[in-house]
Amino acid sequence: MASTSLSVHQEAIRSTVVKKVVMALTGLVLIAFLLMHMFGNLKIFIGQSEYNHYAHWLKGDLLYPILPQGWFIWIFRLVLLTCLVLHIYCMAVLWAASLHGRGARYVRTRRKEQTLSARFMRWLGILVGTLLLLHLLMFTVGWVTTGYTFNAEDPYSMFVGAFSQWWVVLIYAIFVGAVCMHVRHGFWSAFTTLGANVGTGARNVLNALAYFVAALLFVGFILPPVAVLIGMVS
Amino acid sequence: MKITLKVWRQANKDAAGSMVTYQLDDVSEDTSFLEMLDMLNEQLTAKNEEPVAFDYDCREGICGMCGIVINGSPHGRYESSVATTTCQLHMRSFSDGDVIEVEPWRTGAFPVIKDLVVDRSAFDRIIQAGGFISVNTGSAPEAHSTPAPKRQADRAFDVATCIGCGACVAACPNGSGMLFTSAKITHLANLPQGQPERRLRVKAMIAAHDANGFGGCQNIGECASVCPKEIPLESIGQLNRDLIASLFRGDGKTA
Repeated sequence: MASTSLSVHQEAIRSTVVKKVVMALTGLVLIAFLLMHMFGNLKIFIGQSEYNHYAHWLKGDLLYPILPQGWFIWIFRLVLLTCLVLHIYCMAVLWAASLHGRGARYVRTRRKEQTLSARFMRWLGILVGTLLLLHLLMFTVGWVTTGYTFNAEDPYSMFVGAFSQWWVVLIYAIFVGAVCMHVRHGFWSAFTTLGANVGTGARNVLNALAYFVAALLFVGFILPPVAVLIGMVS
Repeated sequence: MKITLKVWRQANKDAAGSMVTYQLDDVSEDTSFLEMLDMLNEQLTAKNEEPVAFDYDCREGICGMCGIVINGSPHGRYESSVATTTCQLHMRSFSDGDVIEVEPWRTGAFPVIKDLVVDRSAFDRIIQAGGFISVNTGSAPEAHSTPAPKRQADRAFDVATCIGCGACVAACPNGSGMLFTSAKITHLANLPQGQPERRLRVKAMIAAHDANGFGGCQNIGECASVCPKEIPLESIGQLNRDLIASLFRGDGKTA
């Protein structure tokens, strides 16, 4: 029914399903990054020199001498940024299609299946994006600092300085909570979009895995700041 | 039973609509929901008022014509474990003195024509885009020459029960027609007769789905939970798999 002169193949490539596949693949890359980031953060418990050494290795020595020193981190950032941009672009196009598709509002709606995460998926994404910007400004760029002086050579001290303040931990908890809710529906949705939902059994497994990954991320990310706050790490 | 009805009244496609309240006394719990609306219309006609327009045909749950949102749930099923169409919903599902809200499907792809009647021809256009299957005319071929594995045949028949009522779209927060489209895709993808055009069909039907103003799927599952024919959510998984695989093939590359 399309009034364009595109071939059926071209229309299929531009379809909502393909945009969802792009969102699924980029989302899974970002979840993999989150798991790695979370695991790295836990090194705070081993000590200052271990933690700083890990950060230094990530930024400078990883994949050296295959790549020149310091190249890996920029390639890594470029990949993540590309994923993020594609994810947000597809979200915007699909959101517009959904607003049109939904049409006028019901006087009364009773939903049966929708979870809180699914209901607020896009708004959670916007919240995560905003707080991610703050996170980068605080710990990567150093334009916003509170309780510490920015020093890329000593991330351990920045970590301890920032999270010694209860309200920074609180904002961080909201950030991580939003990330985990987004991941909870996103993980299930990504695999379903890629075709992994082959039946009731698969649906239960995917949902259980989604809850597991989300819970793992929340606990893994919130433990180090809480440990700093209660003085276990200083 | 005494029933208070709040019904969406809209004179035509372009008019603004509103909820209008009606009282009905002596409603038997054995009447179906549509018969209850018939009662209302008889009273309205006797009072020389315009009767409420609503769609119906078979009244035995197999045609897909009836379809209204009752108390915020398509076909009024909500938490009931029994899948139903509006015509198979009976007044015994309600209690004496209940207030029942009745609305049309509200979704971008199905404009309201009048009161509770919507234009569902967008579904027809998706079906049309699906095209034909290659079956030779002439004498019927020997049935055993085309084996259809039992498991696939069962899946095909299960999703072929879709009656195209549109409850999936009405329930979807995105107004997506993915469950309907995937039922058709899954139906033919599991039968040997559907194989020659399988890749072209999924591309063409998704293109028609998007072009007709349906939204994208967010894998929430509202659609399958209200489907009167219990089309499973994994049908959408089949559609996704078929579409992704078809993109690596040349079917449909010439315009």
